[in-house]
Amino acid sequence: MSLDKATVARIARLARISVPEEDLQPLAEELSGIFTWIEQLNEVDTDGVVPMTSVVGHALHHREDVVTDGNRQDAVLGNAPESADGYFVVPKVVE
Amino acid sequence: MSGVIEGATGPWEMVIGLEVHAQVTSKSKLFSGAATAFGAEPNTQVSLVDAAMPGMLPVINKVCVEQAVRTGLGLKAQINLHSVFDRKNYFYPDLPQGYQISQFLQPVVGAGTLVLDMEDGASREIGITRLHLEQDAGKSVHDMHPDHTYVDLNRSGVALMEIVSEPDLRSPEEAGAYIRKMRSILRYLGTCDGNMEEGSMRADVNVSVRRPGDDYGTRCEIKNVNSIRFVEQAIEVEAQRQVDILEDGGAIHQETRLFDSRKMETRAMRSKEEAHDYRYFPDPDLLPLEFEQAWVDEIAASLPELPDDRKRRFVDELGLSPYDAGVLVAEKEVADYFETVATGRDAKVAANWVTGDLFGALNKADLEIVTSPVTAADLGALIDLIADDTISGRIAKEVFDDMFKTGRAPGDIVEEKGLRQVTDSGAIEAIVDAVLQANQDKVAEYRGGKDKLLGFFVGQVMKQSQGKANPKIVNDLLKKKLGSPGD
Amino acid sequence: MSAPLTSFTLAEARDKLAAREVSAQELTDAHIEAIASAGALNAFVVDTADRARADAARSDERLGKGDGGMLEGIPVAIKDLFCTEDIASTAGSRILAGFRPPYEATVTANLWREGAVMLGKTNMDEFAMGSSNETSYYGPVCNPWRATGDNRDLVPGGSSGGSAAAVAGELCLGATGTDTGGSIRQPAAFTGIVGLKPTYGRCSRWGTVAFASSLDQAGPMTRTVQDSAIMLGAMAGHDQKDSTSVDVAVPDYEAALERSVKGLRIGIPTEYRIDGTPQEIADLWDQGIAWLKEAGAEIVEVSLPHTKYALPAYYIVAPAEASSNLARYDGVRYGFREDRDDLTEMYEATRAVGFGSEVKRRVLIGTYVLSAGYYDAYYLRAQKVRTLIADDFKKAWDSVDALLTPTTPGAAFGIGEKSDDPVAMYLNDILTVPANMAGLPAISVPAGLSAQGLPLGLQVVGRAFDEETVLQLGRALERAAAFDHRPTPWWRDQA
Repeated sequence: MSLDKATVARIARLARISVPEEDLQPLAEELSGIFTWIEQLNEVDTDGVVPMTSVVGHALHHREDVVTDGNRQDAVLGNAPESADGYFVVPKVVE
Repeated sequence: MSGVIEGATGPWEMVIGLEVHAQVTSKSKLFSGAATAFGAEPNTQVSLVDAAMPGMLPVINKVCVEQAVRTGLGLKAQINLHSVFDRKNYFYPDLPQGYQISQFLQPVVGAGTLVLDMEDGASREIGITRLHLEQDAGKSVHDMHPDHTYVDLNRSGVALMEIVSEPDLRSPEEAGAYIRKMRSILRYLGTCDGNMEEGSMRADVNVSVRRPGDDYGTRCEIKNVNSIRFVEQAIEVEAQRQVDILEDGGAIHQETRLFDSRKMETRAMRSKEEAHDYRYFPDPDLLPLEFEQAWVDEIAASLPELPDDRKRRFVDELGLSPYDAGVLVAEKEVADYFETVATGRDAKVAANWVTGDLFGALNKADLEIVTSPVTAADLGALIDLIADDTISGRIAKEVFDDMFKTGRAPGDIVEEKGLRQVTDSGAIEAIVDAVLQANQDKVAEYRGGKDKLLGFFVGQVMKQSQGKANPKIVNDLLKKKLGSPGD
Repeated sequence: MSAPLTSFTLAEARDKLAAREVSAQELTDAHIEAIASAGALNAFVVDTADRARADAARSDERLGKGDGGMLEGIPVAIKDLFCTEDIASTAGSRILAGFRPPYEATVTANLWREGAVMLGKTNMDEFAMGSSNETSYYGPVCNPWRATGDNRDLVPGGSSGGSAAAVAGELCLGATGTDTGGSIRQPAAFTGIVGLKPTYGRCSRWGTVAFASSLDQAGPMTRTVQDSAIMLGAMAGHDQKDSTSVDVAVPDYEAALERSVKGLRIGIPTEYRIDGTPQEIADLWDQGIAWLKEAGAEIVEVSLPHTKYALPAYYIVAPAEASSNLARYDGVRYGFREDRDDLTEMYEATRAVGFGSEVKRRVLIGTYVLSAGYYDAYYLRAQKVRTLIADDFKKAWDSVDALLTPTTPGAAFGIGEKSDDPVAMYLNDILTVPANMAGLPAISVPAGLSAQGLPLGLQVVGRAFDEETVLQLGRALERAAAFDHRPTPWWRDQA
């Protein structure tokens, strides 16, 4: 499978990672190489096979509806690069 | 607000679908143990899981699942014993994980119906496509600083039920009725408080237009409309916008829009075409959600009587009109209040008092029925006092006003103020004679043909008796003594 | 001079501490000193000497009273993927530089509850993505081993390279690692130590920085199989905070060790003979077969037909999950932020600068395989192949109790030697990845030296939750191999 520059740019935007223009082509080639290797999976006959949903065989564990957490604003904000008045602060979003 | 827009080139029909996001009534969040109560200081109802710290993992709240099943049953929907949580991936500051845990291909609830009660008493079935559970996002505040957005994660992770309707609605009015009915059902079930001002219920509105008989047109989604009035206005405005484009020969682009209630227009959100690629995949931190039919049956057995069934009972068994019944069942608290008043009494009289006098007084005082100064028991007692002729209907209104102001029982007010109806014919006769004696000129006019003066005489007698004379006796005596007009 | 205290096994140290022949403080001080003179290995990103001394003092008090947990006074190292309360936890990445978690991972909390002493956080491939510990923001780790007559720096393997080097270099008595595609077993093989990946769900993932949620599993890295059993007993256990954690009782793993392997059926999977693998790997495998046969085990040829597809399927599933798990590293709530005036630019710059190139590569791969139009062809298909791989193992268990294979297709290579070709690097995990895809327990045990004098490992894979049989067979191999080679401590007191 060959990826082109435009695809890499689109994926990078989806992943919110900026890739300089001059790196797009080399990256496209590198990723194409990896995908070519991955393509051998097409040899496998997967008709009627159920995709694995979990290796674990048991049921989803439930919690009781009790408040057991929260009230730790300091811990929540403690590592924030920027915070003010109890809020996280980020550059403005334009709607 | 009908659903048809008359364009220059002919009529256009509106096609509307609603996605209601209803916050689940629960103490703690869907996948974390932080509290869900509204109005707390920022970031104080946030666990490390909600803050998406490295290594944090979700654990599901069983009550939230129960509430979703309960809601599905209330919507007569298919309950799926096996469903899957998927990650919906996108970036936004109030979405700390960088994905929302939701349900994509296999939701917990499938197809159901909601019955619309229209103003004219007709009803229509609207299809429900599905209901699924998902996490709510936090809040981004844009107006606290010119260059910055402030983020509060208190709401992040609260359980939401997303309830999707089929595109069966055909007018803004129907959309409003749908939301009202949905809200009513959720409140009856106790699964969501339906408080749109606080944001515990929001709607995304899908609008398209078409020529009657054509296939569906391209739709636009108007996000996060937070009042019924805005929903109706947004539909009106958006449908018109689309018609204008189509009549001009243009095409509708499928896009997400916001409703600006001040400018009365919708506008496109900043281009998010890549945001449509949510890259859904089953959340590997969770297992499929599975439960037994027996558990579903237990929940079904515990459901309260729902609005549609209650309305049917009020009409069939209590003899109310569908309109009155509809008004009374819209809010469960009102229906409960009414039934207490109506039990053992004339249901129609009870309905009139509740929807007339009580609602009037509550609205004026800006109160709800749960904070009514007049209890259901007391209102019932008032009705009894009229029924056994202790007081007249008119005096009852006075007594009611006093009850509303003071919260006291009607019997006490009647005794204290001496408002018992006078039914002693002899006493009334004396007053009648006195009034006729004092108004002989009018008596002559009446006898001369001015029959409308009867009201004047009745009024005078009532005034002399401080309103306590039994009106029927007054009327009979006056007619007897005055004779026929024109005698 | 290396104090002999650092050359004990964990079990020996435990016994000596209990007998009060040595104090926890002496033992800890010896290790602190060893770490201080091992800077050249770059095995540690954070050393917590003060905390270690405080832990040791507390342990001595307990031991003095005859009290103490399973690991009382035992100095251990923690892979920097585990969040340790108030102590820097970076996952080998710049994007978590300075992050101090206000919480403790369940696995490490279990260790502290059992009285272990924390020496520090070990270096690792960034976000556990790598097989050589060359992708760390904090620099590569050097393998304590060098090829005979060669002073080139070699990789210790990855991603748990720092932990492997620390254990092999006698800087700690045991270390925690994590294994998603082989990240405990492969570095264990490269450094001549024992590395165990438990069954998926055996150890809690709560508080462990997530790479690929359906594959990640914490495990012990130690110098002997007995040490591994002891450490696993402390680390394992159900955790209600982790929905994928399994509620199965933790048995006494140590007690199972000396059971005879007589009558156990050992599967030799045909498909693990890979073209192009050095002959010495095949020879070592044959040697392992002979050892187990001699110990009374029955050898059976088995077929796991989908083996070769495990690695390409892994390189769809793991990056897909990682692309989503790493979305939270956005500069908003913790870690590194690259300031910009616009939010989107802030995200894109933060992640471009904060992530290294291997992480970026995998996030892009993962984003692509989940994206509209490609999900069915890649992710869904890979998950189906995964079912087939798991079924292969299930069928094998009808006729055998465990499998024996080599751990890696070769010995440790030079730093920088393979970092230009991603796929060549990925092929390091070709023999370890199938066990992750099926969620099965597997151990690597040092079995011999390569022609160049570098360690080689043998791997045992077992049934789900049958760590006991896996450890038992590991012990049998260890006994037979009598691997008593140690690396020459070339790194002492070199900057």
